[in-house]
Amino acid sequence: MASKVIHAYYDDDDVLMHAVKKVKDAKYHIEEVYCPFPVHGLDKAMGLAPTRIAITSFIYGCVGLAVSIVMMNYIMIQDWPQDIGGKPSFSYLENMPAFVPIMFELTVFFAAHLMVITFYLRSKLWPFKKAENPDVRTTDDHFVMELAIHDNEKELKNLLMDTGAVEINVSEK
Amino acid sequence: MYTFSSRLRMASFIMMIVGLLGIGIGFMSAPSTVEEAKAMVASHDEGHGDAHAEAAGLAEANAHGEHAEAHDAAHDEHVLHQLQNKPWSALYVAAFFFFMIALGVLAFYAIQRASQAGWSPLLFRVMEGITSYLVPGGIIIFVILVLSVLHMNHLFVWMDADVVAHDKLLMGKSGYLNPTFFLIRAAIFLGGWILYREYSRKLSLKQDASDDNSNFKLNFRISAAFLVFYLISESIMSWDWIMSVDPHWFSTLFGWYVFASMIVSGITVIAMVTIYLKSKDYLPDVNNSHIHDLAKFMFGFSIFWTYLWFSQFMLIWYSNIPEEVTYFVTRIEDFKLPFFGMVVMNFVLPLLLLMNSDYKRINWFVILTGIIILAGHYMDIFNMIMPSTVGDQWSIGIPEIGAILFFAGLFIFWVFRALTKAPLQPKRNPFIEESRHFHY
Repeated sequence: MASKVIHAYYDDDDVLMHAVKKVKDAKYHIEEVYCPFPVHGLDKAMGLAPTRIAITSFIYGCVGLAVSIVMMNYIMIQDWPQDIGGKPSFSYLENMPAFVPIMFELTVFFAAHLMVITFYLRSKLWPFKKAENPDVRTTDDHFVMELAIHDNEKELKNLLMDTGAVEINVSEK
Repeated sequence: MYTFSSRLRMASFIMMIVGLLGIGIGFMSAPSTVEEAKAMVASHDEGHGDAHAEAAGLAEANAHGEHAEAHDAAHDEHVLHQLQNKPWSALYVAAFFFFMIALGVLAFYAIQRASQAGWSPLLFRVMEGITSYLVPGGIIIFVILVLSVLHMNHLFVWMDADVVAHDKLLMGKSGYLNPTFFLIRAAIFLGGWILYREYSRKLSLKQDASDDNSNFKLNFRISAAFLVFYLISESIMSWDWIMSVDPHWFSTLFGWYVFASMIVSGITVIAMVTIYLKSKDYLPDVNNSHIHDLAKFMFGFSIFWTYLWFSQFMLIWYSNIPEEVTYFVTRIEDFKLPFFGMVVMNFVLPLLLLMNSDYKRINWFVILTGIIILAGHYMDIFNMIMPSTVGDQWSIGIPEIGAILFFAGLFIFWVFRALTKAPLQPKRNPFIEESRHFHY
């Protein structure tokens, strides 16, 4: 199956933003936009769903808190409740202030690291991964909007030329 | 221009009158003799009664004639002093709490000016309105301090020359803790804060009418200078006005701890007043991003307060040095619910309620959290003062609630009256356009 995509090049993020809005208004589906830097508001203009990574981070933090509590309760209170310098190891609550620094740090540790790993998994990033950008210029000073062609190459080209594209390429994918 | 709604004015007057009645009842019902105090404690609720019966039983069991009798008499007099302190402490805690809100807002305002924040200039008039309470609030605090020095009450035990004469520790501290120096310091601090507030307000109003930015620049400079003065004076103020009710005890991060309490209450009140004015259509350019920013500050400073509270508690709990730890022993024994309840109100609830980014934009959510935070920080001040002045005789009854109502009414009346005196949105601030289009 040979599917063709059209790549429209822009050299300004403002022009890109306008182009995205115009293409959305014309009811075309934008496959992807490649940018050298984050363009504020681009996700909104493209209509992308908001990220849920903060929610995952909250859950991971709760897991970290639970791990720290269970760990220290087992080690310090259940398994071998020694008298260490007169600290009250009779119950978890009585000795809790001494455990709070670890509870805090493990919460942050789990929340931060697992969230980063989630980010890598969801955005498919890993060492030795093959770069996906269609043109090396998209990492420096050009923006590329990618649209799929369904027998409408000509009208798409016209529309994109109107939006101020500096270059338009059609390629097989 | 804002017009003071007559309903709100009426409400503030009713609060003041009811509060005054409550304060009056508190002073009338305070015992004047040891016998009255004994009768009051005897007729008190079960919890306190039991504890005392037990203590009395022990004293009888160990009775060694005169020694026990002398001890009982000393204890009765102690209870009398605690009961006599109750209405004064209630008044002082509420007076300080509302003064602290205005002072916290002043610090936040100076930070906004000195950091040249782009989002907040729209809210400057709201902050200036709240800080106007510094004048009446400061005068009331100063009067209470003068009355303490004049031995009208027993809030500050080191002011009693007889006590100091028999106390080596207090004698050692009398170079710092003596009534004259104490009042001079209080006057300097109050004078400095009020001076900055009035001058900055004047420059802020002048900037609206001028055709250059010289007033703005001068305001920037004096705000930076004020912050230096504020940090030093606030720390010393917290030793003087709060830590010295318990003059045998000391803590190094106390000034920061009180600061955290005041700035989070101050920001909460800014958010609540802004939401109120916005709901009455007086702040058309304020959008939910401004509210979001204020709510983030409420969230962040609540955690900052907890960090300091816990640092102070945990360091003392961990090392457990007898001369320091008595502070927390009395609080945990006699004030268990207020002491730990305030951690829930000031940390756990704001943490969970304000964590979600969307919730920080919902007005009623911010107001709800704000009420919890304010109540929590009232309890914080209550926990700082009460254990040293009234001990286990504490309660939250007519004198306490009366004092809160009175100062809340005065605060509302004064703040909203000040808000009517200038347009609610500054006109010629260099950052006003940015603030108008602030979006997060």
